[in-house]
Parts: sequence; structure tokens; C-alpha cells
Amino acid sequence: MATTTRRRTVELPEHPDFLWTARVTPKKVYDVIIIGGGGHGLSTAYYLAKNHGITNIAVLEKGWLAGGNMARNTTVIRSNYLWDESAGIYEHSLKLWENLEEEVGYEMFFSQRGVMSLAHSVSDLRAKSRNYHANKINDIDSEWLTPEQVKEIAPIVNINPDVRYPVLGATYQPRGGIAKHDWVAWGYAKAAADMGVDIIQGCEVTGFDIREGKVHGVKTNLGPIAAQKVGMVAAGHSSVLANLAGFDIPIQSRPLQALVSELLEQVHNTVIMSGMVHVYVSQAHKGELVMGAGTDAFNSYAQRGGFHVIEHQLAAAIELFPIFERAHLLRTWGGIVDISPDASPIIGRTPVDNLFINTGWGTGGFKATPASGWTMAHTIATGEPHELNAAFNLERFVTGHLIDEHGAAGVAH
Amino acid sequence: MLNIPCPYCGPRDETEFHYGAGANIFYPEPASATDEEWSKFVFIRENPKGWHAERWVHSAGCRRWFNVWRNTITHEFGPTYKPFTDQPKRPA
Repeated sequence: MATTTRRRTVELPEHPDFLWTARVTPKKVYDVIIIGGGGHGLSTAYYLAKNHGITNIAVLEKGWLAGGNMARNTTVIRSNYLWDESAGIYEHSLKLWENLEEEVGYEMFFSQRGVMSLAHSVSDLRAKSRNYHANKINDIDSEWLTPEQVKEIAPIVNINPDVRYPVLGATYQPRGGIAKHDWVAWGYAKAAADMGVDIIQGCEVTGFDIREGKVHGVKTNLGPIAAQKVGMVAAGHSSVLANLAGFDIPIQSRPLQALVSELLEQVHNTVIMSGMVHVYVSQAHKGELVMGAGTDAFNSYAQRGGFHVIEHQLAAAIELFPIFERAHLLRTWGGIVDISPDASPIIGRTPVDNLFINTGWGTGGFKATPASGWTMAHTIATGEPHELNAAFNLERFVTGHLIDEHGAAGVAH
Repeated sequence: MLNIPCPYCGPRDETEFHYGAGANIFYPEPASATDEEWSKFVFIRENPKGWHAERWVHSAGCRRWFNVWRNTITHEFGPTYKPFTDQPKRPA
């Protein structure tokens, strides 16, 4: 077969402006060091600068900016959690999302296309119904849908009663939706850098300078860096950091996988999740179906998971959405998530003075990116938690004041 | 999928097993344990990046529990051992 070569006739576009200064060498001293250059670390730095006027900040990222779970999640945004504490922080997050693009001056493709959560059994219906009423009490937009109403909003859902787990009802949060994760990270990074925050990639924390129970800085592969205050925002690597600082946290690191199909016509204009058959799916702006699988059962730092988990998840997807049957799987990947015992985050002080922690977002931290940074920034700046994260402290695992969100967290958490 | 070395049945697919998280968790003295000790027993498990001593049960096989070293970066398995027996040395 003859091969033809085509000369490039179109000029390459100009390289876009850099969004932040690529500083290679960190300064010797900062007011605040944030460990972790993912969404939550960047938003923490941004709100420290914006809300609290602290700009002498370094964000240390061991890999590349937003290359961990920020690059690997399925971007579901919602606030319809069960408990008051969760409603407070997740709803604050959703409100911040609603003005975020305008505020930071950067597009993030935030799309409030609604999030639907299906129920498939009597106990599922009861749990969802409880959740729906709890949301109503907390003034969070929430609707109850019959199977027919599900079909009206999302025509591709199979509501046939003859399947193994038929759709019996659903909760729906119209203000929920998705955003473009990379652009969210870039927007926060740009806005933080514009206010003077140093973003240092390829800088791994290897130890802490702790004297008399107080942190004075960190040791890194680029040398020691001093700081008055340090915040750990390292998701799946939080236990590694906490152990370096000499304390234990109730976190287990597990692989969580997601996948996309090839680019398809737009057929699915909302986000649908089903905790019971274990699938959640949205369709990206470009056309890929974005689906999330469950976590693998075991602890891992390998950023990959077992294919049987994907297989299980796709079986559920095809029963719920028969139209997906012929779609090709384009890509699967895994990230390492920080699972806490009550499926709620930990944001607050640690046993070490001036060292703060933000972890435990598990399988659903993306939606909380704004509020996580907002409350973490407040906690670091004032030394005291914000009212929205006060309950999400490390001490709750001793006092017993857990915030059990296993039900509301579900899969598309 | 992991290929797990059941000490009783030999290597089998991961789907035959259930994970039991970290090994070496001992029940505290009920009458005298403090809240901190209870918290540690209930909620704190090791989460190392590297070799991890953990428990598995061969649910779809011999249904017996065993302990094993496994590397959480490479997913490589080290030596297995029975619960409440001497733990083999952490693999290098």
C-alpha cells in the first residue's frame, strides 16, 4: 500500500502564556508551606492569599501540578449529603463553584446539569428518601423522581421493571453537575500565583523539622525549607506524611479506578449514579462517557486497580444504559484515595503545633475543592477551624462524634 | 487482578478472597482501656507505602484466614504466615 506524506500547511499557534511562574528553586523561608499541589492544595493557597492576605506561600508538589487525583477523578459536583455538618461544607462548596469562574477569571466548564442518584430496592428507597428529606431540611435543592420522571430527564436510562435491579425511584439535585478538572486546577494555580504564591513542582517532602512539638519547616529533595506553618494536603499519601511527622491518622490508601469511552454524540445530559449496582456516568463536553468504578479492596500506592473491578462496573452500566453496549472503552486509570472510617474528611489541627492536615476525602474530594481550601486556609491562618470544618477534626475518632456519610457518599461520592 | 498465595490451597485469583486489612491488631483490655486506646484499636491501621503485613480470607476456597506480607507499591507478595504465629521478617 502506498503511503503518502502531507506537508504541514498550517502554522502552529503561538505558545500560550504561562499561567504561573515555573520557579525551580524554593526560597529558604515561607510563612506557609502547603504540601500537595492538587486541587485542594492549590485552593488552600488561593484562599490563604485572597481571604487572609497571606501570600508568602509555597505549594510543594512531588510530581507535577494536579497530576494526582485531580487528574484522575470523574468531576462530579453535588452537595446532597445526609448530615448537617456535611450539608454545611459541601453546600458552601457548591455555592463557591457557582461563582468560581468569574471570581478567579478563568474558565472551568462548570456545568450544572443535575445529579441523579437511583434507588433499586426497598431499603435503597428508604435510605434515599431519608437523604432527600434531610436535604430539604438543610435547604439543599433536592427532588424526588419516579422511574418515569427519571426517564424524562435521562431518556437513555433503562427503567424496565424486568431487570435484576430495576429503577424504583431517584433523588435529583438540579444544581449539581460537573466541571473540567484540569481547568479548575489551572484557574486556582494562576490566581494564586498572580497573588504571589510559589508553585514548586518536583519537590517531595522527605521529613519535618519538628522541635518541642512544633513544626518549623520541612525537609525536601530540594533541601530544607523553613515555614511558620505547614499544611498537609496530600490525599492518598497523607499517612506517609503523618508518619514522617510522628503521628498516626485513621486513613487507608486504596486504588479507585475510572474510565472513558471513545468520543460519542451527546446522549446523556446529566450525571447519573447508582450506589447499589455501582456505576456512575456523565458525558464530558467533548463526548466521552466518563464512568467511575469502585475502589479495590486492598491498600495500595500503585495508582492502578484490578480489571475485574472495571468489568463489574461495566456490566452494571450496560444493564442501566443498554445504549452503551457497543461503545468502546478508550482508557482506564487509577488513583490512590484516602479512605477515612466515616467517609468524611479530616480538616484541622494535628498533634504537632502549626502543622495542619486536610485528608480523608476518599472517593469524592473533587466537589469539595473550593470549600476544602476555604476552610483549610481559615484553619491555617487563624489556628482555629472555621465553623464549617470544626466537626471534621481528627479528635472525632476518639470522642466518637463521627459523621457517617457511607450512604450519601455512595459511589460517585 | 492479584494472584494471591493461599498457604493452604496455593496461588488463586483475588476474586476468591476477601481482604482483612492490617494484621497484628489486638483487643485492648476492656476494663481499663482509655478512649485513646479504643480509638487506636477501632480506627488506626497501618498504611505503609511498601511492605504491609495484612490479613486475607480465602472465602471461595478453604475459607481460612491467613496473614501475609504484601508490597503496596508493586503488589508483590512476600511470605504468608498463620495468625498468632511468629511474623516472618519484613521482606527487603
